[in-house]
Amino acid sequence: MTEHLSSAVLDVRGLCVEFPGRHGTVQALSDVSLSIRPGEILGVVGESGAGKSMTGLAVQGLLEPPGRISGGEVWLGGRRIDQLDDKQMQQVRGRQIGAIFQDPLTSLNPLFTVGAQLVETIRLHLKLSKADAKARAIQLLKEVGIPAPEARYDHYPHQFSGGMRQRVVIALALAAEPKLIIADEPTTALDVSIQAQITSLLRRLCDDHGTAVMLVTHDMGVIAETADRVAVMYAGRLVEIGPVAEVLKNARHPYTRGLMGSIPALGRRVERLNQIDGSMPRLNAIPAGCAFNPRCPEAGPRCRKDRPEPAPVGTGVAACWLNAGGVL
Amino acid sequence: MIVFLIKRLANAVLVMLAVALLAFLIFRFAGDPVELMANEQMSQADRIELREKLGLNDSFLTQFGRFVGNAAQGDFGISYRNGQDVMKLIAERFPATMELALVATVLSLLIGIPLGVITAIHRGRWYSEGLQFISIIGVSLPSFVVGILLILVFAVTLGLVPAFGRGDVVQLGWWSTGLLTPSGRASLLLPSLALALYQITLVMRLVRAEMMEVLRSDFVKFARARGVPRWRIYFRHALRNCLMPVVTMTAMNFGSLIAFALITETVFQWPGMGMLFIQAVTFLDMPVMAGYLCIVSFIFVTLNTLVDIAYAVIDPRLRDATR
Repeated sequence: MTEHLSSAVLDVRGLCVEFPGRHGTVQALSDVSLSIRPGEILGVVGESGAGKSMTGLAVQGLLEPPGRISGGEVWLGGRRIDQLDDKQMQQVRGRQIGAIFQDPLTSLNPLFTVGAQLVETIRLHLKLSKADAKARAIQLLKEVGIPAPEARYDHYPHQFSGGMRQRVVIALALAAEPKLIIADEPTTALDVSIQAQITSLLRRLCDDHGTAVMLVTHDMGVIAETADRVAVMYAGRLVEIGPVAEVLKNARHPYTRGLMGSIPALGRRVERLNQIDGSMPRLNAIPAGCAFNPRCPEAGPRCRKDRPEPAPVGTGVAACWLNAGGVL
Repeated sequence: MIVFLIKRLANAVLVMLAVALLAFLIFRFAGDPVELMANEQMSQADRIELREKLGLNDSFLTQFGRFVGNAAQGDFGISYRNGQDVMKLIAERFPATMELALVATVLSLLIGIPLGVITAIHRGRWYSEGLQFISIIGVSLPSFVVGILLILVFAVTLGLVPAFGRGDVVQLGWWSTGLLTPSGRASLLLPSLALALYQITLVMRLVRAEMMEVLRSDFVKFARARGVPRWRIYFRHALRNCLMPVVTMTAMNFGSLIAFALITETVFQWPGMGMLFIQAVTFLDMPVMAGYLCIVSFIFVTLNTLVDIAYAVIDPRLRDATR
């Protein structure tokens, strides 16, 4: 366990995020621990509001005030980064953590050429001359699969299609060779045919550069195709984490099983799509015990009383009393 | 881009023709010019001859055509009041008004934009809210009140700057400028400030509103995620995305500044076009009024056309849309 952690690019330990508000403080993330090794893609799934994007933002130090990290530690490449000030984080963001956002249509500044935005990012983080930065920018555009990169260098974002724009965003994320890329729903805004291209591009870049990727998505299909391990989140908590194949086939947490069950299988006619009854609790009304207990078909008295801690099960970790001494 | 330019220019010409028609109609509505020009001793025959000489017996279209033709060459006839060439009268007064409006515009941008950015970034702080409050006063105070207050404080009580006039001017060809002499600059200060105050508050409020909008956008968050320093995001990425409406408003209002500087000019006894126009109105000096109307409209139309072209330069997306 210890050497595993020390070799990790990103190591998040017991991360808590809270939003103080007029009606009391809302606990947006509660005790989230995960780690990503070099060259590994960790998928983070969950319903909207489960805290998956929040985890990415907290790691990047991009929480919107009044949101703040109220507990836990974030380690990046052996350095603790959750206590850095904004100026120090500027040198981490882009340099050591690259970001990919959901909507490539809006994440590029419409008034600057993609070349200018690439060169800006490169020269902020690497000591390169203008000419070298331009050469690197063109090289990056080529690497992410943009045809005729020399000509495209001088084009504005609106002159690119959605998929091509997301490639530009990926090039921007790669600009300073970061150790970690946080991709927040990178394929959600794209056509299905383009989605596969983008995920395989991510996979290839990850393999070529040894970059670790935190892939936040609600799409289990994307996770199954791309990720090495998957972390499942529910109501701001981590419920299960493990190798993708293991979690897909042999989920340890009832919520994960429900999530898997709601994916319709091909070639099998079903009368009704499976669904998990009810909806995720609002963050200011999380029930006592296990957050999932009101919707859980297997919940017992203990689940309503005590919160289960994440504990190793098989090749992964799950936070469920079923795996930790029973629900009674 | 070329098609776009031609379209815009054709538009501008049409508007100018319409304005010329209005200016031309002033003559017809204000009574018989022969009666206005003639004195008591003039015989009926003289009057008929004068009427013929002025071309007043020609058809409406011929007369209008002649008016437009002359106006296009800068010939608006001679003033009824002192017999001087109208164009020359306006040209003498034009630099004074132009300088006043230019300085006011520069002031409004130099002061308004940074204030807008700062109040947007530090919204909720006491100084931002204070500026917001003061700006409401700035928007709602009429410029003659501001002018009189400024005169009272800075010219009368403190005696720092002159209360009226243009000070010494230097002739640069046909252009007379007060910017090159100390007394000219001192005289320019109060009127341009009075004229600019409303603009400053408008620019500030506009920039603030636009900045708050832009700062919420994804590309600003993405720029943060790329590690772009805060100030660079504010002044390079966000501000440039706010400039479009600022450019529009500034250019549009520049026309108004010139046209309506007449109030400020009256308060400060500024020898500009506005004063000329006020005098022309009191004397029913039709050619001067028509000339003023055409010149001011020409400035308006030119600015509007330039704004449209500037749009295409600032925002690459429009460049393609209009291709």
